[in-house]
Amino acid sequence: MSTPRALIAEDEPLLAAGLRADLAALWPELQVLATVGDGPQALAQALALRPQVCFLDIRMPGCSGLEAAQALAEDWPEADGQPFPLLVFVTAYDDYALQAFQAQAVDYLVKPVDRTRLAACVARLQARLAATAATPRSAAEALEQALLQLRGLLGAAAGAGPSPGTVPAPRLAVVQAQVGNLVHLVPVEDVLYFEAADKYVRVVTAEREHLIRLSLRELLPQLDAQRFWQVHRGTVVQARCVASARREESGKVTLTLRGRAETLTASRLYAHLFKGM
Amino acid sequence: MSAGLQPPDPGARAPVSALAATWQRLRQTLWRQGAVVGTLCLGIALLLTAQGGEGFWINLAYSVSVGASCTLIVDLTRLGAAALHDRQHPAVDRAAADYVDGWRSAIPGSLLAILLGPPLGLTLGDAMTGVQAAPLLDLGATSTRLTLVLSLLGTVVSVVVLSALERLSSARTQAEAAQRQAAEHQLRLLQSQLEPHMLFNTLANLRVLIGLDGARAQDMLDHLIAYLRATLQASRQETHPLATEFERIADYLALMAVRMGPRLRTALDLPAELRGLPVPPLLLQPLVENAIKHGLEPHVQGGLIQVRAHRDGGDLVLTVRDTGAGLAAASSAEPGSHFGLQQVRERLATLHGRRASLRLQPATDAQGGTWATLRLPLPPPATAPAPSAAEVDSKPSDTKA
Repeated sequence: MSTPRALIAEDEPLLAAGLRADLAALWPELQVLATVGDGPQALAQALALRPQVCFLDIRMPGCSGLEAAQALAEDWPEADGQPFPLLVFVTAYDDYALQAFQAQAVDYLVKPVDRTRLAACVARLQARLAATAATPRSAAEALEQALLQLRGLLGAAAGAGPSPGTVPAPRLAVVQAQVGNLVHLVPVEDVLYFEAADKYVRVVTAEREHLIRLSLRELLPQLDAQRFWQVHRGTVVQARCVASARREESGKVTLTLRGRAETLTASRLYAHLFKGM
Repeated sequence: MSAGLQPPDPGARAPVSALAATWQRLRQTLWRQGAVVGTLCLGIALLLTAQGGEGFWINLAYSVSVGASCTLIVDLTRLGAAALHDRQHPAVDRAAADYVDGWRSAIPGSLLAILLGPPLGLTLGDAMTGVQAAPLLDLGATSTRLTLVLSLLGTVVSVVVLSALERLSSARTQAEAAQRQAAEHQLRLLQSQLEPHMLFNTLANLRVLIGLDGARAQDMLDHLIAYLRATLQASRQETHPLATEFERIADYLALMAVRMGPRLRTALDLPAELRGLPVPPLLLQPLVENAIKHGLEPHVQGGLIQVRAHRDGGDLVLTVRDTGAGLAAASSAEPGSHFGLQQVRERLATLHGRRASLRLQPATDAQGGTWATLRLPLPPPATAPAPSAAEVDSKPSDTKA
């Protein structure tokens, strides 16, 4: 069995150093490839270094550990047969997250992380790595299982909805896109899809497209989830505007649209939305 | 205290219409109403019997009939008026509760009961006893006058007593609700200040630091202790000197500096002549915490937080500036995050009314981020003593955390 390799994503330097030191004591042969301090870096480094284990802090700058994990599942290349990494989420205090982790049987650690709990976590990870080494599963299987768990976490996050005491976001009826002094009003039913573009969102209709200064994360709660489906971390499409969906080798799904020539890609995480009745 | 803090159970939810509220109230007070009316009827029957005339049971039948008629008229009128109210003001649940407690709902019924109750009751009494009571309009007969006077008196007394009792109990309910609200507010305040995420992350850092650098760990623990003590004591003091407020902020920022490492830079600026000014405890704290939590923590490259105080005419102006993610990003932050700001605004309004203000605005310079500006009137010179030398010396005004 090759040396196990890990990535630590934790924005607080002392905690990252502490986890690294504790891991060194409990699991000496584990090689920590890198320690990163924000969500986007966690994604980039995980894709570049291909670790077998990722410790992901939940609250990180850039994007949360959960979002980083979802993005990783969307982008993880299968070509070289390297299985999807085992994920361990690390959080300081979050009732909701803990419940969701338990429900999805996802590994997690609660800060402050005591040695006993970390030892148990390490033992579990070692057992799973050994099992994979003994009876090599296809990379696809490992990914499928991770996808199931992440979908479960996504569903739990969406199902939790706004917490009590807050007003749910009002449904958006008209998108208002400003260009200089001019504001374009686009009825939301005319929008084929929304696409994240840096700090903006592209609003694409059959005829043209607009940019709005809003993140997809802020926009999503204002859309009717029955009509507007998230199909990728950066894409939300109006279901009635999708003409066809073709499943690709990679597990991704290519969508063709009514009224636009370009195709969209639904990631593995959302591929299950498109299946025959 | 814990009982008062529990969320209201769905069964006891406030009714949404005046009709439902009135119905609920009537059902709740059924026994009391019966007891008051019954006692009164019994008293009147005894009085009539003592005056001579009919026997006790017949008098009781009459007085109960009159009493029941009056009660029925009052209650039915209230329900009718409530239904009418609902039709005129649909779907205002706040008004529903108020409606039941108001005199409005009792007055028309009482008038109707006084007018119609006695004749209706006497007719009922006639039917029950088989006796033909003298018609009420025959004012010549002594018995009629007595009946009339007693019926009227009884009706008036019962209406007044019942209304008074009802108002008393509704006042008590309101007082309890207010108390519960205050306790809830206190709890939310404490929760927002002792945020578990912050606390456990700080402890996690401390745990690591103990192994790495005992002296620094001790230093961090001192800041944590000061922070916790200030937070727990904040509600017990009315004011403390601005210098103390800045020290507490320095404690908090020192904790955050350990946690965030080089991502956090801080600058506190408190001019010496403002150090002694009394300010409400932990007024600035939520602004600083917001700047960290929504401004710098989510910002990949971190940034600078700047807290300053200055005098502007008759006002004390406190500003918290961060070079973080900015207001647009913060608006999507998790719910409950506005509680801190709301609480600052409420405290300002209570203390200074419209003379104090809190403004949040995006920073327009190249560094970006957010400005929070808190403006409050300076106390008149007599109550703002010049800072004593000891206070000035206690800590440098520019604390680099």
